[in-house]
Amino acid sequence: MNAAMNALESCKPLTRNEMAAQLARDIPEGWCVNLGIGAPLKVADYVPEEREVIFHSENGILGMGPAPAPDKINRWLINAGKQYVTMRPGGSYSHHADSFGLIRGGHLDLCVLGAFQVAENGDIANWSISDNDSAPAVGGAMDLAAGARRLWVIMEHTTKSGDSRLVRRCSYPLTAIGAVKRVYTNLAVLDVTGDGFAVRDMAPGLTFEGLQQATDAPLRMATQ
Amino acid sequence: MINKLVQNMAEAMAGIADGSVVLLGGFGNIGQPHALLDALIEQGAKDLTVVSNNAGVGRTGLARLLDLGRVRKIVCSYPRTADPVVFEELYRAGRIELEIVPQGTMAERIRAAGAGIPAFFTATAVGTKLAAGKEERDIRGRKYLLEEALPGDVALVEAWEADRWGNLTYRSSARNFNPIMATAAQLTIVQSQHIVELGALDPEKIMTPGVYVNRVVHVPYGEPMVP
Repeated sequence: MNAAMNALESCKPLTRNEMAAQLARDIPEGWCVNLGIGAPLKVADYVPEEREVIFHSENGILGMGPAPAPDKINRWLINAGKQYVTMRPGGSYSHHADSFGLIRGGHLDLCVLGAFQVAENGDIANWSISDNDSAPAVGGAMDLAAGARRLWVIMEHTTKSGDSRLVRRCSYPLTAIGAVKRVYTNLAVLDVTGDGFAVRDMAPGLTFEGLQQATDAPLRMATQ
Repeated sequence: MINKLVQNMAEAMAGIADGSVVLLGGFGNIGQPHALLDALIEQGAKDLTVVSNNAGVGRTGLARLLDLGRVRKIVCSYPRTADPVVFEELYRAGRIELEIVPQGTMAERIRAAGAGIPAFFTATAVGTKLAAGKEERDIRGRKYLLEEALPGDVALVEAWEADRWGNLTYRSSARNFNPIMATAAQLTIVQSQHIVELGALDPEKIMTPGVYVNRVVHVPYGEPMVP
C-alpha cells in the first residue's frame, strides 16, 4: 500500500468531472448509450449538444435529455435513477420488456457503469459487497453488463484505504463475467484484452511503474 | 355491450383471493397504481406474493401492505429505493421472503407469461450468484440461463386513458412495467386518469388492447408529486 501511495504523490489524479469528460470524448456521434446511476450519469454533461448521441434509460426512454428547468418538469418523466429528465426531439418511449430487449439484443453501442472491482478477464462486480448482504439490489446492472455491445467502467482506481479496484479476480459477488471492455479511473484509461489490462492513457505525472504499484493486476502498455 | 368500467373500488377488487400472485406496475413512484394498492389493503387479501420492481417507499401504498403483514414474498429487482424502511425491517426480521431478479429478466419473464412462452434463455446473470439452481446451456458458443415465465393471478395497472373496452394508453415513462403486467395475469385491474368514449382513442396510440383488461376504475388523481 505504501509503495502505491508513494507512486501517486508525484502525479495529479483526475477529478470525477475530468474522468467523465475524458470518457465523453470517446463517445462518437450516433451511438446509443446507457449511463448507469451515479458517476456514469455525469458523462452526459460532457457530450456536446451538437454531437447526436442517443441516451437510453432502462425504464423505457430513448433520446433522453438533461434535467428540466424547475418550471418545466414533466412529473411523469423520470430516468432509471428516479430523477426528472427531458426528452430530446426524436425521443421515444417503450415498455420495460422492449427496453430490456433493446439491451439484451445488443442494440446498445455502449453502457457505462460504476464498479467496486474489475478483473483482468473483464469480470465486473458492482452490485453487492458481500454474499451475506442484507437485501441485495441488482436493478438492471446484470442485464446491462451482459447485453450491451460495449461495457465501459468509470471508477476510482483504488478504494479509500488504497486497495486496487483493478484485480486479478474479483472478490466481491459478480455482476457479469468477461463483460468489461475498458476502464476509466482517476489514474488511467485501460483496455481489457485477452492478455489482461492494457494502459491507453495515464494521469499527468504518473509513470507506468507508479501505476503498476497502485494496481493489483499486472499491466502492459497498449500497442497502438 | 362490453363494459369493463366499474363504479367503485369494492367492485374493482372483488374476488382477489388469499395467496394470490399480484403483479404491480410502476417504476419508483411513477406509473404505480396507488389507489388500487389502497383498495387492496382495504379488500383484505393476505399471504400475497407481490411482483414489483421496487419494494415500497415510506409507509404508504406497497410499504403499508407489507407493514400490515399481508405479503409473504416479494419478487423484485431493486428493494432499496429512497426510503425502503418497512421492507428492510421485515426482511431483517425474517418475516418476508425475497426473490431478487435482474430487472430485464423480470420484465421478460412477465412478458413471456403473457405471450404463452413457458421459459427462455438469457445471458443475464450467467456466472453470478443469481444463477444458482438454474439450468445453464451453451448455445452457439455463449452461456445462457433458463428463466421461467412469471404469471400473476392479478395485475394492478395504472393507465393514462381508458375506454369501456379496456383499451389503454400510458403517460411518458409511467408506461414502464404496466403494459406487460396487463398481459400476464388472470385478472387485470386498471386505474385510469381519464375515461374516454369508445372510439375516441386513436388505434395507433393504444398500447394495451382491451382484451387483456378485466376491470377499469376512474382515478383522476392528477400528477404524481414524488418521483
